[in-house]
Amino acid sequence: MLLQVQDVTMRFGGLTAVDRVTFAAAAGQITALIGPNGAGKTTLFNCITGFYRPSGGAILLHPPGAETGAAPVALHRLAGHRIARAGVARTFQNIRLFPGMTALENLLVAQHNALMATTGWGIGAVLGLSRYPAAERAAVEKAKQWLQATQLLDRADDPAGALPYGAQRRLEIARAMCTSPDGPALLCLDEPAAGLNPRESEELAKLLLQIRAGGTSILLIEHDMGVVMRISDRVVVLDHGQRIADGPPAEVRADPRVIAAYLGEEEVE
Amino acid sequence: MGRTNPVAAVKDAALAALVAFGLFAMMVGLRTEIGPEGALVLRQRWGDVAILCGLVFLGRLLLTLWLGRRRVAASTKPGRWTARLQQAGRLFAPAMLAVALTLPVLSGGDRYILDLGILVLTYVMLGWGLNIVVGLAGLLDLGYVAFYGIGAYSYALLATEFGLSFWLCLPLAGILAAFWGVLLGFPVLRLRGDYLAIVTLAFGEIIRVVLLNWVSLTGGPNGIAGIPRPSFFGLPFSAAGGEGSFAGFFGLEPSPSHRVIFLYYLILGLALLTNWVTIRLRRQPLGRAWEALREDEIACRALGINVTVTKLSAFAIGAMFGGFAGAFFATRQAFVSPESFTFIESAIILAIVVLGGLGSQVGVAVAALVMIGGFEVFRDLGDYRMLVFGGAMVVIMVLRPRGLVGTRTPSIALGEKRAISGELVGEGHG
Ligand SMILES: Nc1ncnc2c1ncn2[C@@H]1O[C@H](COP(=O)(O)OP(=O)(O)OP(=O)(O)O)[C@@H](O)[C@H]1O
Ligand SMILES: [Mg+2]
Repeated sequence: MLLQVQDVTMRFGGLTAVDRVTFAAAAGQITALIGPNGAGKTTLFNCITGFYRPSGGAILLHPPGAETGAAPVALHRLAGHRIARAGVARTFQNIRLFPGMTALENLLVAQHNALMATTGWGIGAVLGLSRYPAAERAAVEKAKQWLQATQLLDRADDPAGALPYGAQRRLEIARAMCTSPDGPALLCLDEPAAGLNPRESEELAKLLLQIRAGGTSILLIEHDMGVVMRISDRVVVLDHGQRIADGPPAEVRADPRVIAAYLGEEEVE
Repeated sequence: MGRTNPVAAVKDAALAALVAFGLFAMMVGLRTEIGPEGALVLRQRWGDVAILCGLVFLGRLLLTLWLGRRRVAASTKPGRWTARLQQAGRLFAPAMLAVALTLPVLSGGDRYILDLGILVLTYVMLGWGLNIVVGLAGLLDLGYVAFYGIGAYSYALLATEFGLSFWLCLPLAGILAAFWGVLLGFPVLRLRGDYLAIVTLAFGEIIRVVLLNWVSLTGGPNGIAGIPRPSFFGLPFSAAGGEGSFAGFFGLEPSPSHRVIFLYYLILGLALLTNWVTIRLRRQPLGRAWEALREDEIACRALGINVTVTKLSAFAIGAMFGGFAGAFFATRQAFVSPESFTFIESAIILAIVVLGGLGSQVGVAVAALVMIGGFEVFRDLGDYRMLVFGGAMVVIMVLRPRGLVGTRTPSIALGEKRAISGELVGEGHG
């Protein structure tokens, strides 16, 4: 068990966007979170990644390296910027890169905390007295490795805002993967295949499997059922803020409640 | 667009005349004068208004008919001469530096040129300092002059009350200004854009009003006089010369220009320090985090960057350089009063940064030279220089909305560093 979401509720005024949702994401797996538009998927993501404080419930992370019996990290109480340090990285439904910075710079900003620790409060590095140059070389190596994995190495010096759409999506994933020294424990992706053509979706699926093989578990919001059914180990379905199904892909796909929720939408096969 | 339809041109000109009427009706049409009995009388000058509106109508008509409605194209792409300037950048910046370093020799010790150089360099330094806050971190600060003032008063008070030397006061003034930068930073962290601008503007005014009213400490409107002039590492510049003075020690003819030259190199050194620190920081995690913050604050948070600390560090470091410049100002003038730290100073410094191009070190230096230098050189024009000046600024902002250097240079590259078009680069939201 990696992530435990327990009875999480999120209310906006009178609207309950997420209604006592409980599920768990296992370590080493791809867990998909699906549901019709407005089901509350992004809202739940925002609770997990610290952008919203849930109105109720708990979100617990069991870091993979921790010894058994150690207390889990209560993500719902952490300050926003500490979530990434706890090992949870994310991408956004509407891409949020640093458009005026190059692809390489985007990946270096992602390694900010690790790099900052080597600069001696910034002063050492300004004076040229610190371990910073070596650390920067290592960071550039890591960035190159992820640029390679996302097929962006030849665009490393291009501004992120000038990249084609599919490349921006991949760069955002690469950036999330750079946030922790050995890759984050959990990668949360909000509709990574949106706007991609079939060939790009295919490559994305491969990339996600590769990331899972590297030891990072994935929580995936996705409307492209082809991708979801093929790569997910487990699927959680939300509708109107409530969890209506939770199980292996084949089982969920046959669930009459899921079919009813998606009725009229072509995405279900 | 081709030929313009004459009816549309007449309509357009009529509209321009209408706008002109709206402006001139109050400004020219009505005039209060002191009448024969000493009372105010209202004189009406509709004839003049009619002539002015007619001129606007005709001018606009001719303009549209002759030129068509050719739009002036705004651009942030490297334009013809900025591209060249950037290509020559590797030569241009060192050339400017070389001129700056040799100015005392080039000018033959001309007092006027050196004083002008000191003034320009002070604004270059202030521009570079503010560039950290506005250009890199994207935080619109309209109260930057407050830190300049805090630095100046810190030096004035420390030197007159405790007799501390300039070289001790300089870091203290910077630290005090940085401290106040953090204090200002805390309440405004959550504010963005216009709100941030207004609160920082108010902060600038508060500092000035406090300086004005805390008479027992600051001397109020009378300011602080008799601030010790700087010495050359303990050797005073005295007109009489003699044993313990600068001229005496080096066996030179005593001359008042020694001090001016020393002050010139002092501010040059301080400005270059600002530039050096900024350039180094830009290539480091902190500087990259500032720029990332300007681009997208939410993404920064998702990457685990502590937005609060990063913003405060930008405020503090920007304020510190403002404080250094203030200490220099105090020692150069030997007198400080609240009048030197009005809002207009903040506006001028911000104008330098915006005209130069947010985040561009060379652009800011050129803008300071053109603005401050130009302003002084055209002193003969009297009040018209304001007009010329305002017009020039409008033209620059219409043609190059991102400033003289509207492009961004990446802080690191695997291959060759290529300038990034200003359209992609964020301006910050506050
Ligand atoms: N900040 C907010 N304030 C008020 N209501 C919100 C807010 N964020 C989301 N909502 C509402 O909560 C509900 C769930 O929205 P959410 O964005 O989580 O849906 P989603 O499942 O991600 O949908 P989609 O597939 O379209 O992305 C919607 O009705 C939405 O209008
Ligand atoms: Mg969504």
